[in-house]
Amino acid sequence: MTFLNEEIKKQLEEVFEPMKKEVIVALFATKEMCETCEDTKSFMAEMSGINEKIKLEVYDLKDDAELAETLQVKRAPAIVLLGEGRKDYGIQFNGLPGGHEINSFISGLLEVSGSGEKLPEVFAERVAKIDKPIDIKVFVTLGCPHCPGAVSKAHKLALENLNVRAEMIEAQTFSELSDQYNVSGVPKIVINGTEELVGDQPLEMFLDAIERL
Amino acid sequence: MEFNLQTKPKAPVVTPETIYDVLIVGGGPAGLNAALYAKRKGLSVGILAERLGGQVLDTSSVENYLGFPSETGEGLMKKFQAHVEELKVPVKEHLQITGIETGRIKKIHTNIGEVFQAKAVILATGSKPRMLNVPGEKEFLGRGVAYCAICDGPLFAGMDVIVAGGGNSAVEAAIDLAKIANHVALVHRSQFRADQILVDQLRKKENVSIHLNTQIQSVEGEGLVSHINALDKESEEVVKIPGNGLFVEIGYLPNSGVFEDLVKQNGRGEIGVNARCETSQAGIFAAGDVTDMPYKQIVISAGEGAKAALTANEYINTLKEEE
Repeated sequence: MTFLNEEIKKQLEEVFEPMKKEVIVALFATKEMCETCEDTKSFMAEMSGINEKIKLEVYDLKDDAELAETLQVKRAPAIVLLGEGRKDYGIQFNGLPGGHEINSFISGLLEVSGSGEKLPEVFAERVAKIDKPIDIKVFVTLGCPHCPGAVSKAHKLALENLNVRAEMIEAQTFSELSDQYNVSGVPKIVINGTEELVGDQPLEMFLDAIERL
Repeated sequence: MEFNLQTKPKAPVVTPETIYDVLIVGGGPAGLNAALYAKRKGLSVGILAERLGGQVLDTSSVENYLGFPSETGEGLMKKFQAHVEELKVPVKEHLQITGIETGRIKKIHTNIGEVFQAKAVILATGSKPRMLNVPGEKEFLGRGVAYCAICDGPLFAGMDVIVAGGGNSAVEAAIDLAKIANHVALVHRSQFRADQILVDQLRKKENVSIHLNTQIQSVEGEGLVSHINALDKESEEVVKIPGNGLFVEIGYLPNSGVFEDLVKQNGRGEIGVNARCETSQAGIFAAGDVTDMPYKQIVISAGEGAKAALTANEYINTLKEEE
C-alpha cells in the first residue's frame, strides 16, 4: 500500500531539503495485535525513500527488547528519532504520525537533523535550567489541526535539554493509555504524570508547568 | 489515510531590524487578505501570527464562500495562504503579541522577546470559542467538555454526546458528530440561528435529538462528564440530558485582551472600527472577528481585511507626503 501521492512526495522533497545530518528513524513494531504496525512500516519506508538522510531501522518490540528498553519504548508502533552518532534525544511518536501529525513528524526530523529553528533567548535560559527528569506526553488525534504544534513544542524541549523526554501519543491507537489519563480533548499534555495542560499551549505554559514540579 | 501537510511559508521571515509600512497581526482570512491587498499596493508588509490559517482550520467544511461550493476549512485556508505566498509576504509564526507601543513607529512586543516595528498595524487576531459559563464547564475541560469537534470527535466514537448552540458551527458539529457518535443531542437556549439548509440536513439524521428553548444549567459527572442539567423553558422543568461529551459551539469571543488599553472596545471586548476599519488609535487598524463588525463569516472577514489594508495604504501615503 502506498500512502504518499506524487504531489505530497514532491512537496516533501522540498521540505526535507534543509536537513543537515542523518536521522535514524527507529521504528518498533510488534507481531501481536497491532492494527497499524504494517501501515506505519510502509509509511516510514516511503518517507525514508524521499531523502537519503532519513535512515529507517525496523525493530520488534519483543525480539529487540533490550534496545526498546534503552530507548524507553513501551508500545508499538513507536518511532524514536536518533540524531548523529545514534544520539537519543527522547523524541518519540507512539502511533502512526499521519493526518495533521505528519507535520510534527517533519518538524521532528528537521530538528534532529540540526536544521531546526533556534529557540528564542527568553526561553533558552529557562530550558537550560531544567535539571530533573521530565516526561511529557502529548495526546493527539490525527484530525486535530492544533495538535502538531503542541507535539513540536514538547519535542523541541527534549531536543534542547536531555533531561526532557517527549512523546506523541495517538489517542485512538492507545485508547487504554488515553483512558488512564482521562483524555477526552486534544491536544492533552501530561507532564510527569501530574501536570496537565489542554490545548496547543505556548511554550511558556510548558515551562511554567515544568517549573511547578 | 489522509496527510494534512502544512508546508512552511517559503517567504522570508519578519525581522525586528526592519521598519515595515504595515505589520498585520493574525493569519486568518482577514489577516491574509489584508496582506494581499497591502502588498499589491506596493507597501512593505509582514504577517505576525500564532498560526497561519486561524480558526477556519477547525471547520470541517465550508460551503458558503463564493466560488468554492464545497471545501474543507483547511483546504480553503491553504488556497488563501498559497495566494499570499506567491507575493512573497514575510511571515513570522508561533508567537503571541504581548503589547503594542504607539507612536510614529509602532513597536509590537511578543512573547518570544523580539520587538517588531511598523508605521501602521492591522489587528486581525480573530476570536476564540465562547464558554457557557455554567458550573462544571471548567472542571470538565478535557474530561468531556470540548470546543473543537473535528479534534475531539473521534474520542467519542460510539458514545452519546451533546452539542450546545444553535448557530452554523453548532449544527455543523452536530452533523459531523452524528457520523461517529451513538447519539447526538443538540441543546440550544432559543431558536436555530443556523442556515436553513444546515438545519434541514440535521433534521434528517436519525440519531440526533433537538432540544430548543433549553438552557444548560450545569455539567455533571464523576471524573468524566455523564450528563447535563438543562431548563426546558416551555415546561419550566429541569431535564437531565445524558452524554459523555459536551461540545460547546455557542459563538466566539474576540482575541482583544492585550489591546484593551490601546484601542476602544465595546462591552463584548470587540475592537470598535468605523466603515474604513480605523480604530480609536491613529495608524492602528482592525479587521475581522476581533472587531465590532456584525456577522462573523469568512467572506466578511476577508473583505474587512482588504478594507483595512486599503485604509492603511492611504495612511502610509499621508505619512509620506508629510515627510
